[in-house]
Amino acid sequence: MTSLLTLEGLTKAYPGVVANDDVSFEIAPGEVHALLGENGAGKSTLVKMIYGLVKPDKGKMTLNGAVFEPAEPRAARAAGVAMVFQHFSLFDALSVAENIALGMENPPKMGDLAARIREVSETYGLPLDPDKVVGDLSAGERQRVEIIRCLLQDPRLLIMDEPTSVLTPQEVEILFKTLRQLSAEGTAILYISHKLEEIRSLCDGATVLRLGKVVGRCNPREKSASELAEMMVGSALTPPSRASTDFGEVVLEVSNLSIPSPNPFGTSLKDVSLTLRAGEILGIGGVAGNGQDELLAALSGEALAPRGAVTLHGNDISQMGPTPRRHIAVLAAPEERLGHAAAPDMSLIENAFLTGADREDLHKNGFVKWPAARAFAEKIIEGFDVRTPGPHNAARSLSGGNLQKFVIGREVLQRPEVLVVNQPTWGVDASAAAAIRQSIIDLAQNGTAVIVISQDLDELMEISDNFAALNEGRLSRPRPAQGLSIEEIGLMMGGAHDMEVAHVEA
Amino acid sequence: MDLSAINPLVLIASLMVAATPILLAAIGELVVEKAGVLNLGVEGMMITGAICGFAIAVETGSPALGFIASMIGAALLSLIFGFLTQVLMSNQVATGLALTLFGLGLSALLGQGYVGIKPPATHDINFGFLTEIPVIGPILFTHDIIVYASLALIAATWAVLKFTRVGLILRAVGENHDAAHALGYKVVRIRILAIMFGGACAGLGGAYLSLVRVPQWTEGMTAGAGWIALALVVFASWKPLRVLVGAYLFGGITVLQLNLQAAGVAIPVEYLSMSPYLITILVLVIMSSDRSRAALNAPASLGRVFHASS
Amino acid sequence: MLRLEKRPTPSKTWSYATPVLAVVLTMIAGGILFAMLGKDPFLAIKTIFWDPLFNEQFASYSRPQLLVKSGPLILIAIGLSLGFRAGIWNIGAEGQYIIGAICGAAVGLAFYPMDAWFIFPLMVIAGALGGLLWAMIPALLKTHFRTNEILVSLLLVYVAEQLLASMALGALRNPEGGGFPGSRNLKQYEAASNPELIANSGMHWGIVAAFIAVIATYILLNRHILGFQIRLTGESPRAARFAGVNPTALILICMGTSGALAGLAGLFEVSGPAGQISIDFNQGYGFTAIIVAFLGRLNPIGILLAGLLMGLTYIGGDLAQFMLGLPASAIQAFQGMLLFFLLGVDVLTNFRIRFGKVEAA
Repeated sequence: MTSLLTLEGLTKAYPGVVANDDVSFEIAPGEVHALLGENGAGKSTLVKMIYGLVKPDKGKMTLNGAVFEPAEPRAARAAGVAMVFQHFSLFDALSVAENIALGMENPPKMGDLAARIREVSETYGLPLDPDKVVGDLSAGERQRVEIIRCLLQDPRLLIMDEPTSVLTPQEVEILFKTLRQLSAEGTAILYISHKLEEIRSLCDGATVLRLGKVVGRCNPREKSASELAEMMVGSALTPPSRASTDFGEVVLEVSNLSIPSPNPFGTSLKDVSLTLRAGEILGIGGVAGNGQDELLAALSGEALAPRGAVTLHGNDISQMGPTPRRHIAVLAAPEERLGHAAAPDMSLIENAFLTGADREDLHKNGFVKWPAARAFAEKIIEGFDVRTPGPHNAARSLSGGNLQKFVIGREVLQRPEVLVVNQPTWGVDASAAAAIRQSIIDLAQNGTAVIVISQDLDELMEISDNFAALNEGRLSRPRPAQGLSIEEIGLMMGGAHDMEVAHVEA
Repeated sequence: MDLSAINPLVLIASLMVAATPILLAAIGELVVEKAGVLNLGVEGMMITGAICGFAIAVETGSPALGFIASMIGAALLSLIFGFLTQVLMSNQVATGLALTLFGLGLSALLGQGYVGIKPPATHDINFGFLTEIPVIGPILFTHDIIVYASLALIAATWAVLKFTRVGLILRAVGENHDAAHALGYKVVRIRILAIMFGGACAGLGGAYLSLVRVPQWTEGMTAGAGWIALALVVFASWKPLRVLVGAYLFGGITVLQLNLQAAGVAIPVEYLSMSPYLITILVLVIMSSDRSRAALNAPASLGRVFHASS
Repeated sequence: MLRLEKRPTPSKTWSYATPVLAVVLTMIAGGILFAMLGKDPFLAIKTIFWDPLFNEQFASYSRPQLLVKSGPLILIAIGLSLGFRAGIWNIGAEGQYIIGAICGAAVGLAFYPMDAWFIFPLMVIAGALGGLLWAMIPALLKTHFRTNEILVSLLLVYVAEQLLASMALGALRNPEGGGFPGSRNLKQYEAASNPELIANSGMHWGIVAAFIAVIATYILLNRHILGFQIRLTGESPRAARFAGVNPTALILICMGTSGALAGLAGLFEVSGPAGQISIDFNQGYGFTAIIVAFLGRLNPIGILLAGLLMGLTYIGGDLAQFMLGLPASAIQAFQGMLLFFLLGVDVLTNFRIRFGKVEAA
C-alpha cells in the first residue's frame, strides 16, 4: 500500500518550547490513523502544519508522492486536506449554508449549496437544515456543520481534532459509522484524541506523541488501553483512591431552579433539582453548551436564582451574590481559567485575593492586606505544586495545568462546605489532572459536599458517588455512579438527539 | 412667529441634503463595524475630509476633485487608526478618540488659509422636465450627484453584505475573527480595507458638509456629526437600509429645528440647537433597551483585539 | 520581517519607558510638522518645552501658568482614569466641566452681593454635584438600558455647550454688563472667588484639589478593595463578577467620581482663572484630559506628570504662537499625535518584537 501523506522530520520550535521535534509518520489512503498524546504533546501544532496554518522550521511533507508545503489553509484544502476543528471555526450569527460556503474555495450559488448540503447529509446520516442559524444548534449539530463542510470538498485526508468531546456516547457511535463509511470509500482520516477506548475501536494505526517527539507507533487494536496510556504519559499512573463513602446530612438543596438565559445563544436552566450531602461528590456530565456555565453561575451567585430555589442547610441563599456565598463557605471554580476564574494580566497574589479576600481575612475596613494576600498565594503555590517563578507572575504566564492547580487550590484551601467545579481538568496534563482529582476526593473525604461538572465521562466515573447529566438546561435525576453503563449515561445526556431517525432512513 | 413660511416640499428636499453627510459617514462606519472594528474617529475623519475636499476644490476650482481628495485624505487618516489597532493591537476606543482629537487639530491647521472663502458651487443634476412633476419633482429631482451617490451606496452596501462572497467574508471576520483566521482568511488585511472604506465615506460626508451643505470652512464645523453617525449605526442595528431611515429622520429634525429658528418660534435658539443631540440620545436609549435584537445584530467580535497566535 | 509575540507577563520596564518614548517620538514628528509649516523645528520645540519655564524673559509670567493649566487637566484626568481602568468610557468630561462651572457660578451669583464664608464652599459642592449629575445621565442610561456611555456622554457635551450659551446670554448674564453676553466676574466678588493662594505661583484651590485627588486615587488603587475591583473589572469583567463585584455600582461610582471631579475643575476655573461664565468658557480641557489620562498610563503619579507636561504644551503653544507665529491648531494636532504614538508604542509593554521568518498566518 503506498502512502497518501508522509511526514519526515517535521520540527517546529516556539520560544522556550519545541512543539514538534523530528516527527515522522505515514498515512495510507483509507486508513484511520490516530495521533495520540496528552495536552501539550504537540498534536495541535502538528496538524496546523499539515493544514497550512503554521509553517514547519524543518522537515518535509509529501502528499500523493508530491512535495506538500501548504502556505495557507486554502492551499491545503485545494490539495484535498480538510479539517474539523475542536473550537473556533463556526460563526454563530450566520446560517449553516453560509458557514459551509466560507470553508469552500468556489462555493456554488446558495440555492445549489443548500441542496448539496441536504444530499451529503442524507448520504452520511448527518441531518442538517442549511437555513438554520448556527448559534441555535447543539454541539453535535455544530460538529456536523464542520464535517459536511469538509465532505463537500471530497477530501482525500480528513483531520479530526478531538471530535468526540462534544458528543454523547450514542452520537459517537453514529460519528464512527460515518467515519468508517468514509474510510471504506478511500478517504484517509487523521484522528486526534486522548481517549484510548475510542482509538482502539476506530483506528488502524497510531502514532504516539510525547513532549513533541514520536515515542511510539502501534496498531491500537493490539494494545490495551493501559498500555496505550503508558506510552502516552511515559509512566504508569495510579488512579485516585478513595477510602470510604459515608455521607453526612443534606447540605445543599436545589429545587425546581429555572433561569432564563440572558443572551440569545445561551442556555436557559429548566427545572433543575438536586440534593447534595456532606462528603458526597455529585458528577454532572453532559455535552458542552447544555447549561454547565449557567448552573455554575447559579450556584456561585454570579446569577441570582428565584427565591427558594437554592438552599444551604435549609436557609435560602438564592438571592445572595458571590461574596456572601463565599462567606458561608459555598465556593466555586469556573471552567474558563483565564478571564473567569482568574484575571490573566494580574499577579497570582491579586488572583489569590480575588476569591480569598473574605474567607482568608485579606482586608481590613476595605484596605487590602497585601502581605497576607501574598502569603495566601504562596500557600496555594506550595500546597498544590504550582510551577511558577513566584507569586508576582501574571496568571497568564502559567501553563494550563499549573493555573488550574492554582485555581482549584485557591478554593480548596478556603475550607469550603460546598464546592462546585466546572471542567476541573480540561486541557490539563495527566499528572496535574490526577493531582486535581485526588485533591477533590480528599476534600469530600473531609466532609465537603462537591459538585463536579465535566464533559469527561471517564473522569466523572472515576471520582463521583452519584451521577446526573445536563441536557438542554435540564438535569436528569442523579443516580449512583457505580454500575451505570455507558448506554445509560448516554441516554441521560440526551441520547443521540434527533440522529437515530436519520440513520434508520439511510 | 410664522410657521406658514415652512414649505413641506422644500423641507423634505432640504432634509435629504442635511442627512447626506451623516448618511455617508454612517454607512462607512457600518461596514467597519461589520468587520468587527469600532472606529470612534468618525468625527476626526469627517472634518479632515471636510478640509481636504474644501481646499482642493478651492485650489482647482473643481468640486469633483475636492470630493475625491476628501475621500483620499480621510482614508489615509483612517489608515493610522488601522495600523495602530490592527498591526500594533492598540485599544480601539482610545485610538478612535485619538483619531478624532488629531483630526480636529490637523484640520484646523490645514484650514487656516481657507476661512471665509466661498467654495466653487456643486451643481444639481439637470433632470429636465422631471423636476416639473408636482411634489415628486422638487423632492427627488433637485439634488446634486452626491445625494444620489449616497443613496446608491446604501443600496450597494446592502446588496454586497447580503448577497456576495465579499460581504459574507466581511461579516464572518466581524463575527468570529479566530474562526475566520482558522479558515485562512486574512483578518487584518480585510479589516484595514474596511477601515479605509469607512474613512473614505466619512471624508466624503465631511466634504459634502463644507462644499455643499454649509458651504464654507470653519474650524470644528462637523459639530458632532461624526458622533451622531456612530449613534446611527446602533440605531440601524447594523442594517444598511435602516441607516437610510435613521439619517433622513435625523436630517428632518435638523432641518425642522432650523426652520423653527428661522420662523422665530418662542423657544430659545440654544434649546432648539440641542434638540438633535437629545433626540439622538433618546433614540439610542430606545434601541439599546431592546435586549434581544440589539444583541443579535451587533457583530460578535466588535471592538475585540485580534492576535493571530499560531 | 517583524513579528509580534505576546509576553507572558507585561513588561514593567516598558510600561515606564513607553510614555517617555512616545514623547520623544512626538517631538520628532512634531518637529517635522513645524518644519513643514516653515518654522525652525528646533526653535519651535525649545519654545514650547523649554522657554516657558527657563527663558528669563517669559518664565516669570509663564511659570505660574503651568499650574493654572495643569490643575484642571490633572483633576479631570484622575477621574477619567478610574473609569478607563474599569472599561467605562466617560468621554464627556468637557460637558461635566461646563455644567459644574454653571452650577457653581449660579450658586455664587445667587448670593451676590452678600459676603459670607460659606458661599465658596457651597459653590464647590454645587460644582461637584453639577458635574456628578451630568455624568449620571450616561451612567444611569447604561445601567438601566445598556445604552453606550461613550456616545451619550459625548453627545451631552454639545448639549452642555448650548446650555452654556443660553446661560451666558440669559439666566446668568451680568445685569450690569450693558447687554454683553457673560456673567458677572467672580474675581471681583470676593466671597465667591477662587484666588491665587501664593502670589505668582499659580496655586489656587483647584490645584490643591488636584493634588489631593492624586494622592487619594493612588491609595484607592493600590491599597483599597474598591480600587482592586476597578482594576479587576477593566482586566476581566467576567472574573470581576465572579469575585463579587457589582457592575452597576461600579459604573455609577466611576462615572459619578469622574463627573464630580470634572465639575470641580469647571467650578475652580470659573471662579478663578476664567472669572466668569461666557460663551467660550470651555477650552477643551475635558478632551485634553483624555490624552493626559492615557499618557499617565492611568496611574495617578503618571497623570500628575502627564498633566504638567500637557499644561506645558498649552503655555508653550501660546508662546510659540506669539513668538513664531505657530498656529494654535498646530499644538492641538501635536497633542493628538502624542496620543497616537503612545498607543502605538504601548504594544511593547505586552508584546516582544521578533525579527524572523514570516509565519504562514
